[in-house]
Amino acid sequence: MADAGRHPDIKLHTMSEVVSVKGYVGNFEVKLVKRARYVLEKECTACGECAKVCPVVFPDEFNVGLSSRKAVYIPFPQAVPSSYLINMDECMGRGCSKCLDSCDKKCINFHASDEEITVKVGSIVVATGLEPYDPRPMDEYGYTRFENVVTSLEFERIVNAGGPTKGSLIRPKDRKRPKSVGFIQCVGSRSKRKGGEYCSNICCMNTIKGTLVLKEHYPDIEIKVFYIDIRAFGKGFEDLYNRSRSLGVQYLRGLPGSVEELPDGTMRVAVENIATGRIEFHDLEMLVLAIGMKPSSGTQKLQEMLGLQLTPDGFYLEAHPKLQPVDAATRGIFYAGCAEGPKDIKESVTQGSAAAARAIRLMHKGTISSEPITSEVIADHCKSCGICAEVCPYNAITVDVKKKTPAIVNTAACAGCGTCAAECKFGAIVMNHFTDEQIVSQINTLLAEKAQDKILTFACNWCSYAGADYAGVSRLQYPANVRIIRTMCSGRVDEKFIWHAFEKGAPVVLVSGCHIGDCHYIDANRWTEKRVEKIRRKMEKRGIRPERLQLEWISAAEGIRFAKVMEKMEELRRSVSAEEIAETLKILKEKSLKEKQGG
Amino acid sequence: MTEISIATKMSDTRQTARIGVYVCRCGLNIAKTVDCKKVAEDISGTDDVIVSKDITYACSEPGQMEIQEDILEHGLDRVVVASCSPRLHEPTFRRMMLKAGLNPYLLEMANLREQCSWVHIHEPEAATQKAEDLVKMSVARVRLLSPLTEQVLPMIKKTLVIGAGVAGIQAALDLADNGYEVFLVEKNPSVGGTMAQLDKTFPTMDCSI
Ligand SMILES: Cc1cc2nc3c(=O)[nH]c(=O)nc-3n(C[C@H](O)[C@H](O)[C@H](O)COP(=O)(O)OP(=O)(O)OC[C@H]3O[C@@H](n4cnc5c(N)ncnc54)[C@H](O)[C@@H]3O)c2cc1C
Ligand code: SF4
Ligand code: SF4
Ligand code: SF4
Repeated sequence: MADAGRHPDIKLHTMSEVVSVKGYVGNFEVKLVKRARYVLEKECTACGECAKVCPVVFPDEFNVGLSSRKAVYIPFPQAVPSSYLINMDECMGRGCSKCLDSCDKKCINFHASDEEITVKVGSIVVATGLEPYDPRPMDEYGYTRFENVVTSLEFERIVNAGGPTKGSLIRPKDRKRPKSVGFIQCVGSRSKRKGGEYCSNICCMNTIKGTLVLKEHYPDIEIKVFYIDIRAFGKGFEDLYNRSRSLGVQYLRGLPGSVEELPDGTMRVAVENIATGRIEFHDLEMLVLAIGMKPSSGTQKLQEMLGLQLTPDGFYLEAHPKLQPVDAATRGIFYAGCAEGPKDIKESVTQGSAAAARAIRLMHKGTISSEPITSEVIADHCKSCGICAEVCPYNAITVDVKKKTPAIVNTAACAGCGTCAAECKFGAIVMNHFTDEQIVSQINTLLAEKAQDKILTFACNWCSYAGADYAGVSRLQYPANVRIIRTMCSGRVDEKFIWHAFEKGAPVVLVSGCHIGDCHYIDANRWTEKRVEKIRRKMEKRGIRPERLQLEWISAAEGIRFAKVMEKMEELRRSVSAEEIAETLKILKEKSLKEKQGG
Repeated sequence: MTEISIATKMSDTRQTARIGVYVCRCGLNIAKTVDCKKVAEDISGTDDVIVSKDITYACSEPGQMEIQEDILEHGLDRVVVASCSPRLHEPTFRRMMLKAGLNPYLLEMANLREQCSWVHIHEPEAATQKAEDLVKMSVARVRLLSPLTEQVLPMIKKTLVIGAGVAGIQAALDLADNGYEVFLVEKNPSVGGTMAQLDKTFPTMDCSI
């Protein structure tokens, strides 16, 4: 910990958060906001004179509220940087200034303000960690009602030698040492109803650790652990579990249904013991809830800023679950620790090293070659309407609408989604490697024979196409008349491709992409959504059944969903008769004739 | 061809193409369901297709050598590999193109494994028909591909690490010890994260900080 604060090549910014990210791999521009500390970090010697005189007392969040601190405080004795700070919301204000007078080094500054810092980097490691599960919704265990029910994190602080009780076990209600302690496992984990459906990985071992700590200090203490099954899968874990059992800790299979408090503060736990099949009551003087973990609270904000993807559980989705466990799908971004999923310290450290190695591998050459899949403007066709610049999620296009100068694409900033090409009404943008001509040729070929039998599907490279691959890897079966055209982003799917497909006799068309919020190109799929809605309205007006055009969001992890959507598309296709297709062709032919005559 | 206005560059006037098509059997992964030989034969009559054959493992060293030799011998300028997902092996075959002296973007892949043989295991005929369609689509597309060149951009040799728990600290130290400048950003007043709150930790049962 201290090394991170001392290293000459590490610039540490505490009390800081990322507020915006621009650019791309090799060249990210990141804006940070550093909140004011009101104590000069470098000057403060952590003597603590200021806190002695401060009159304001607040619960200490580091000790999960089990002790108190002042408005000027240090989070914990070994904190890095080793400096006090003032919480201005709690401070009595400048009128008091007792701390100011007490500081010999004069490092308190009430006039400090938040600072904005811009840094330029080539790569980013996301290591935002975990948030402990908040057990308040699990009211059956009485956490909000009974003081002697604590979380495992509160328990950590109670038995910690540096904690509020100096490591001696007491229960909160009467500060007496409990003679018996119960642990309830899987609180906020492995449940469809509350918390996450996943296993939090660390709570079984953390409870076993707790029982060993207790037995070491208080050999006579009675301990009961209520569990579904004990997950002691890591190296050396089974040994600890066996040691705990041999010391007399009782492991009872079954999660309690309810907890009651007896007049003397004892907790009465009602549980169906799975081994005996009977309802049992256990009286314990204190209860510890083995809380699971959730992704850190800012995850969604950061995910949107960096254009990353999340698993259904809310943790970051890696590029490949086996072969690229610390890479994000976005080049230049890596994950480490619990941000990627629940894990223990050893695994978090391993991933930290892995992420560093991956970042070094990317950066060491000093240059990076960019994919040439970018858009290009044909200046002669451009009418300077400005639409492309408006839709580009990367602000990669500049158009001077007033001066009527043609659009210019900054190819280094262009990520290649193709939204601009799809939105330009004047055919002035060529999307390299996914040109109109190339895609139209694929449509023509697939509809050349037996068009009425085919299901034309557009799938984006990152989510839906990957979801289709995942269906394959899982050997899921779906109708064999599906034909996929891959684009980088669903935003590339041009209105004219859809009309063209219907003109060529397509019974149905599916556009598929990443879920809203998960788009690999920030929010390009919002344009897809708008466009599909618009086309469907036009279909309705022209007397073509709008259902024949479908839009589905399918993620890379949703192989099952992909297969299901294909079954649904086949059902839909069967509902489209040869007459209906013939009628559509007639409508579209008349329309194009009229347009020609109209000029 | 169509009545729609399509965006095309003026410079896009191409001569006829010389296309090689390789239908990979992937051992039996594809060949068990798709009749690869038939697909290759049926494609061989298509315009501009000079070579069309099935191949055991296109991605293997001998497989790639065979394709490279054909490129030289028949003067091929575009290649269709019908095999597994491009998400898996597109980089492999792009490198192969480079080695054979062709622009890597004149390659097209048809996904006959993840999106065909594996998902229509019980319908060999329909799967073969689909494979043929997919290869034809790839041939149509490869004919129209343009060579592209990658841009070389500068790389800033610095890293931003967001979050200073054990994971972030470890990443920052490893990077810094290798001479890379690191910005370590932490929302709280101290580094350490969750671990700083723990006293003894499993499996070693010693102190965490
Ligand atoms: C009660 C409990 C007991 C445990 N006991 C053990 C044990 O005995 N042994 C063991 O191996 N593991 C144990 N663990 C697991 C261990 O705590 C984690 O594996 C480890 O802390 C994960 O490290 P991390 O760096 O990924 O995340 P964290 O430790 O959570 O650190 C993440 C850091 O990122 C910061 N951050 C978050 N979001 C942002 C943002 N947007 N911007 C800037 N900074 C941000 C946070 O403030 C935090 O400092 C326990 C966990 C719990 C909850
Ligand atoms: S580690 Fe144990 S207590 Fe935690 S969620 Fe998994 S099974 Fe439940
Ligand atoms: S949308 Fe098309 S016409 Fe309008 S500014 Fe962009 S390139 Fe030019
Ligand atoms: S292709 Fe996408 S990223 Fe590139 S300029 Fe067009 S809209 Fe912007």
